[in-house]
Amino acid sequence: MDLNKLLKAMLVALPVLAISACSSTSTESTQGNGSNGTEVSNGGVETGSATVIKTPEEIRAEKEAELRKDNVIYFDFDNSQIKAAFAENLRAHGNYLLEHPNVKVMIEGHTDERGTPEYNIALGERRAKAVQKFLQNMGVQASQMTVVSYGEEKPANPGHTEAAFAQNRRAVLVY
Amino acid sequence: MRTFGKWLFVVAILITSPARAALDIVITEGVDAARPIAIMPFVWEGQGQMPQQLSEVVMSDLKRSGTFSPLNVLSLPQQGLSDVADFKGRDWSGVDSEALLVGHVKPYGNDQYQVKFQLIDLIKSQLPQQGATPSPQSLLLDQSEVLISASQFRSYAHMISNRVYEKLTGIKGAFLTRIAYIVVDRSQDKPYHLMIADYDGYNETMLVKSDEPLMSPVWSPNGRKLAYVTFENRKSQIVIQDIFTQQRQVVTNYPGINGAPAWSPDGKTLAITLSKDGQPDIYLLDIATKHLRRLTNHYSIDTEPSWFPDGKSIVFTSERGGRPQIYQMNIQSGKVRRLTFDGEWNLGGSVTPDGKAIVFVNRTNNRFHIARMDLDTRFLQILTSTTLDESPSIAPNGTMVIYGTVYQGKQVLAAVSMDGRFKARLPAGQGEVKSPSWSPFL
Repeated sequence: MDLNKLLKAMLVALPVLAISACSSTSTESTQGNGSNGTEVSNGGVETGSATVIKTPEEIRAEKEAELRKDNVIYFDFDNSQIKAAFAENLRAHGNYLLEHPNVKVMIEGHTDERGTPEYNIALGERRAKAVQKFLQNMGVQASQMTVVSYGEEKPANPGHTEAAFAQNRRAVLVY
Repeated sequence: MRTFGKWLFVVAILITSPARAALDIVITEGVDAARPIAIMPFVWEGQGQMPQQLSEVVMSDLKRSGTFSPLNVLSLPQQGLSDVADFKGRDWSGVDSEALLVGHVKPYGNDQYQVKFQLIDLIKSQLPQQGATPSPQSLLLDQSEVLISASQFRSYAHMISNRVYEKLTGIKGAFLTRIAYIVVDRSQDKPYHLMIADYDGYNETMLVKSDEPLMSPVWSPNGRKLAYVTFENRKSQIVIQDIFTQQRQVVTNYPGINGAPAWSPDGKTLAITLSKDGQPDIYLLDIATKHLRRLTNHYSIDTEPSWFPDGKSIVFTSERGGRPQIYQMNIQSGKVRRLTFDGEWNLGGSVTPDGKAIVFVNRTNNRFHIARMDLDTRFLQILTSTTLDESPSIAPNGTMVIYGTVYQGKQVLAAVSMDGRFKARLPAGQGEVKSPSWSPFL
């Protein structure tokens, strides 16, 4: 638990350190110019900065961090199959969990309101378990994941239209 | 254990305080088919105001039963009648009603009132007379005299309704019963409420208020306790709560689904759904010992158990045939047979009190309605014409079904008679109302 918090703190702290390092450099150079007492005109000099070369790993990590912001995947009516459109998103979550074995995720399964509440609890669990299985197949440890089905009890959209139903048939990854 | 403590505070069990009645029954269909009945306002023989007009409660009860249609009081040939001794048979010859209810209320001091009612046989009074005219007493179908306090008026009126209903139909009245249901009011910080009320919506009381969903309330056979599902600890658990003492006990807390509780007729066992062993299956939980016995073991979904009145078998919903359908299992032999074949889905079944039929949710052409199937003939009848119907619960006398539906974009409760002819809606006040459960006879 503490290690987990430390990791999270570092994730936030590292970019902040990097930013402050950059800004302090630029401040120093301005001060340097001022202490000389001479006004340096921009005499045709242009400065350029080198692009940070990211490793493929870093590029992937950034992209996946972006994907992970989306923690909801949607299902067809009375169906618990994970649609191809959401596979990339789920893989991003899976890789994150693989790289952070101390991070735990709660997978919530939800349905629309058609059918009966208790049948929908069973269907919601099937959806959450489909997501669990997907992540497990990527190598994510069972101990990192818990599954809960809310059936039709916690709709994302409380309306009673087809559009609302589509928003409610979902699995949500909660870290 | 830590998480349990953490989430315990989100549930507040409330001191039973009557709330505003959220239910107001609107009869939408079936009044024409009802039998006319004459009900005379009970005569007040005291000073000032009568605490409550009992006959109005009786009129509402009989009207809501779908079986009777009380006649307009002003159209009755005699007014202010309170005893058969003053009954003038000849005046009533043109009245299209099989019976007449009269009564009086007399103060007896110290919050005590004498209430007397008489049910007069109008058919017998109109038979051609042979020889001597019948004595007034011989026209009585039923009568009773009691001493009650003002607070007992409403329940005593339901008692009178029960007696009138049983005398005239031969079926026990279900007017002294309660319903439990869930209200979801998303405008409140604890949106999920477990409520109980008299069957007609009066005396509504909140039993539990929670941040997280509450589901599937169901009455114990003695009407004292409710079993229901709570998510207060961010997982499902089955709880038994005494409605009088508020004593509350978590009876299952297994990993995965803990759901669909159903009391056995003897009140000792809960049939429940658990998914701890992989997929949702039906188990029997001995409430006293917590001993668990697995009933079904199938890779598909098995859920929604409901008992036959003899306690020897259950019906349940299973996807073993590919789609949800209703099956019956003999508890001792474990033998399973499929009951429903019509329609795309059939689920959420319960057995009528006589054990001869099941009531359930039927999906046909993607529409969800409440249906009834006779177990001998396998004749399936769709009872409702409302939208997204679910959670049917049968009155203890088997005459009426209460269920959840969607009306004007809101979840509300509705009722339908077992023959599908009488239909009524119980509009909600605040929030969505769902998962009704009709109590046993109280």
